[in-house]
Amino acid sequence: MLRHAVDDLYRGVTAEKLGRYALILFGIAVVAGVFKYGMRIFVIGVSRRAEFDLRNDLFAHLERLPVAYFQRQRTGDIMSRATNDLAAVRTMLGPGLMYFVNTVVTALASLGFMLATSPRLTALALIPLPFVSITVWHFGDRIHRRFEEIQALFSSLSARAQENLAGVRVVRAFAREDQEIDEFRALNCEYLDRNLRLIHTSGLFYPTLGFLSGLAALIVLYLGGREVVAGRITLGQFVAFTVYIGMLNWPMVALGWVINMFQRGLASWGRIVEVLDAPPAAGEAVAAAGRTLARGATAPAERARGELEFRRLSFAYPGAAPESNEAPLALREVSFRVPAGRTVALVGRTGSGKSTLLALLARIFEPPRGTVFRDGVDVRDLDLHWLRAQLAVAPQDAFLFSTTVAANIAYGVPREERAAVERAARVAHLEEDVRAFPKGYDTMVGERGITLSGGQRQRTAIARAVLRDAPVLALDDCLSSVDTHTEEAVLHRLRAEMAGRTTLLVSHRVSTVRDADEIVVLDEGAVAERGTHEELLALGGLYAALHRRQQLEEELEAS
Amino acid sequence: MTPTLEEEAAGRAYDHRLMRRLLGYLRPYRAQVALAGAVVLVDALVQLAGPILTKEAIDRGIRRHDLVRLDQVAVLYLIVLVAGFGLGYVQNQILQRVGQHVMMDLRLALFRQLQRLPLAFFDRNPVGRLMTRVTNDVDVLNELVTSGVAALFADVFALIGILVAMWRLNAELLGVAFSVLPLIFLVTLTFRVKVRRTFREVRTRLARMNAFLNENLTGMGTVQLLNREARNHAEFEAINASHRDANLEANFYHAIFFPALELVSALALSLIVWYGGRQVMWTGITLGTLVAFIQYTQRFFRPISDLSEKYNVLQQAMASSERVFDLLDRPPDPALARSAGFEAHAPAGDGDGRPALADGAGGAAGDGLLVRGRIEFDRVSFAYDGVTRVLEDVSFTVEPGEKVALVGATGSGKTTAVSLLLGFYAPQSGTIRVDGCPLAEWDVRALRRHIGLVLQDPFLFSGTVAANLALADRALPREALIRAAREVHADRFIERLPAAYDAVVRERGATFSAGERQLLAFARALAAEPRVLVLDEATSSVDTHTEALIQDGLRRLMRGRTSLVIAHRLSTIQDVDRIVVLHHGRVREVGTHAELIARNGIYARLYQLQYAGTVGSRAGGVAPALGSATRAGAE
Repeated sequence: MLRHAVDDLYRGVTAEKLGRYALILFGIAVVAGVFKYGMRIFVIGVSRRAEFDLRNDLFAHLERLPVAYFQRQRTGDIMSRATNDLAAVRTMLGPGLMYFVNTVVTALASLGFMLATSPRLTALALIPLPFVSITVWHFGDRIHRRFEEIQALFSSLSARAQENLAGVRVVRAFAREDQEIDEFRALNCEYLDRNLRLIHTSGLFYPTLGFLSGLAALIVLYLGGREVVAGRITLGQFVAFTVYIGMLNWPMVALGWVINMFQRGLASWGRIVEVLDAPPAAGEAVAAAGRTLARGATAPAERARGELEFRRLSFAYPGAAPESNEAPLALREVSFRVPAGRTVALVGRTGSGKSTLLALLARIFEPPRGTVFRDGVDVRDLDLHWLRAQLAVAPQDAFLFSTTVAANIAYGVPREERAAVERAARVAHLEEDVRAFPKGYDTMVGERGITLSGGQRQRTAIARAVLRDAPVLALDDCLSSVDTHTEEAVLHRLRAEMAGRTTLLVSHRVSTVRDADEIVVLDEGAVAERGTHEELLALGGLYAALHRRQQLEEELEAS
Repeated sequence: MTPTLEEEAAGRAYDHRLMRRLLGYLRPYRAQVALAGAVVLVDALVQLAGPILTKEAIDRGIRRHDLVRLDQVAVLYLIVLVAGFGLGYVQNQILQRVGQHVMMDLRLALFRQLQRLPLAFFDRNPVGRLMTRVTNDVDVLNELVTSGVAALFADVFALIGILVAMWRLNAELLGVAFSVLPLIFLVTLTFRVKVRRTFREVRTRLARMNAFLNENLTGMGTVQLLNREARNHAEFEAINASHRDANLEANFYHAIFFPALELVSALALSLIVWYGGRQVMWTGITLGTLVAFIQYTQRFFRPISDLSEKYNVLQQAMASSERVFDLLDRPPDPALARSAGFEAHAPAGDGDGRPALADGAGGAAGDGLLVRGRIEFDRVSFAYDGVTRVLEDVSFTVEPGEKVALVGATGSGKTTAVSLLLGFYAPQSGTIRVDGCPLAEWDVRALRRHIGLVLQDPFLFSGTVAANLALADRALPREALIRAAREVHADRFIERLPAAYDAVVRERGATFSAGERQLLAFARALAAEPRVLVLDEATSSVDTHTEALIQDGLRRLMRGRTSLVIAHRLSTIQDVDRIVVLHHGRVREVGTHAELIARNGIYARLYQLQYAGTVGSRAGGVAPALGSATRAGAE
């Protein structure tokens, strides 16, 4: 178009004709604009939707991973994969792809025009092209490697800072602040150094691309000019050519960006795949196939009867001190049975295995086959969701979510009904506390200003467990932060509420467990004593000693 | 009290105060920044040469068939290219380097500040949140320095340069080309208004999504136990979808803006062709001028669309800098601020050169001072939250060289007393004196160097065994470390390690057993040869052999030192000169083991509680009730 316009300038042209050229020029721009609009909407839109899907899948996968995974992997690390890395992948799929298409289309279009104008000049102008490929290949690879180095060093930098913050007391006590700063600075210097090396490489990248595209313009100017002088092409062709070459300038720079985005995107994709490849909890496979399995031999009833049994259960936590000769067993040969509807108490010191037993019952950790039974069926053969639905646990360190008190109580049931929530709160002796909150049951937990005390948190967890209305109730030392008086009140109401339900009561307080049908004393992971309160007192063993100690403690408290 | 850090600051687009403060970090690199500025300026000028040379080539060379002229122009063009390459490289290098240095300065400033904040701050702010400040937020600011500020600078220069060049070429054509200027303003302003709103929307939704994700990752056990996976997934999907939709809306505006801008650019080009063409025909503008004009116009619009992209960077940087400065502005621990020789980040008028010891005995140099080791608690009261008293009117003294045990039930205030002695917290009332001088007048860090602290859970750092032993002073010679290790019986297991003293310690000393960690902590404290020993005895159960080693090691550690021990072991209690019994934050009894047993008071009962019969007690027993769980923090 330009070519004709310019050539016409020579031959003498009317103003109308010039106007038409301008209009056509503008028209082409409009078409290109519409195309670019469509592409942005389409490509970026698709990338956002892909990001959405990927993030959903990632979340779903994380939900299926065993608890052990979250103990091994730092939350911050998973978070950074779900945010930063996902963003890098999205950038690759969206802007990366878009600029790539833009670059290719613009380059092809310019190339087409150039070829139509003068194939000879085009060939000459493209002399720098192989160098562009070499540059991209050479730098892209290096940038990728340097980038990975930097990521690794950044990890150790973070770890250093993290350690310093976690060990702040030791740092202060040893007056080590200066040395810590020195060491942090040294690591920072190394990080800086690596970054500067990357900058050195990438700093050459863009100017090189710019230089090469400038070189193409120079070739056109010089050789093209000679062609015009020699009469092989018209001045119009020449001018058009310079403009087309100008259009190529931009895609060349964009090419550098695209390479960068793809390098980062691919590295991040690798980190996301690591998470996606982590094997889900073994039971999840069963849970996924749960519906079909339900019709099999181990078909769970709609509602469990609530019988529990442990048969010669020995258990060591996965990955616990593998160096030592004998794997430290958290539980050794534990056997006992809880008939449906009965209450059995577990007593023992910290670390004696009480909580482990509960975790295995809920399959938070996988027990070995043939050791834990519910209603006579090996828990390993049961549908995971069904199994957990039949069990309400009130843990010692209750985890509350940042939502309302009511929603927290109703967290384990499908629907939040105020009346039911209030009833559960009453059982847990929480209603008076709630009444004192600014918005009652609608008070946000964890919002600034109102944070619940340890005892309130524990009682919220009890209310949550009560509301679940499961045939098996497990109270895992869930009244440790509650004073004795309140504890008794809660236990009293619970007993009435839980009549007919199987209850597993974990505690270190004799007062809590004395009324249980049977008391199992655990020591170092093994069953040391069992019997009723009176029987164990008569036995004069660990339980009796514990009883005496707590009496003394009560006296001491009073003094 | 120290409030917690805000998570998500309100996203203001531009804050002059914050910007000025950020630019302050560029001050040490004035010279480089100035040089970069100059380079950018020259580069912008050089970039202007291209179209002019093209014009020359066309008007003087090609049209007049002057090949010599064409050669000259080509050579000039090549020079311009090479210069552009060089200048571009230099400019990029300088700015990136400055950016990296500024980032390092900021990170160090933050780290230094974290070494100075009072411990109460750490009780309230989880490590993860602090980490975000030191890493992510600083990174965002780097983006501002390297791509933001620099590009802004370069773009503005380029724009001005192009304008001037076009004006010099032909003011009339410039007028024609810029008749589209109002359109540019219109498009850009509309875009900015729309984008500001959607951008804020995207940020808040992203923050909500991340908060939800973080919470679910932390509480995954609970989620799974309550069979909430499906519902939480649905909730997540909803938040995720709202985030996606906000982004799609933002994308819609982007999709309109950038093509619209290009359309305006094309309009300007068409106008030039139309009007300029007529000029070439009727008045005297040369063809070369027209081509140069077209080329300038093409270049003019790129910086404008760039500038709009920078807007996002700017907004993120503002939010990050607000969080970073918030942390930097927190008042440091006054005890540390007084400390001599400690790098001051912001001088707080403490330059009165106060000597380390108020009575002038020691002088200012911390290491030169001699501590006799007399400890005195004088009617000390303390509450973590300012309300609930953990210590109430506590008074006792430890004479130089004396060994005193603190005994009491869980929550009686033993650990708190030790924290106060180390100056981690300041008592609300009463005074703690060391060698007769109130703690408030000591150079607290110099004093801490003379106090050997052994915590119940000895925190080991990743590094080597030797580095952990030399924690107090990196310069300690290897022989001193080995001597200390041998003294407390840590040498045997250390020497069994593959690389002995150079063996690698993993994060938190995960590869060592509880007993080994204890022995390492003893050796670590001993290596610094402290005058005063403060020890919180571990309750963790270890095998009989290690137990015997620990007890003997402890005896050697205390020998000849003023020792304050939170004791759980019978052997330790029988070894000390005096026992101070804390009960509900008050001192209730003081005396020797025999005296206190004879008195038949709280101690006697505590003792009975301990040894009358413990669930799982063994020979040489550990005594949980004398303090099985220590209260380190406020809650």
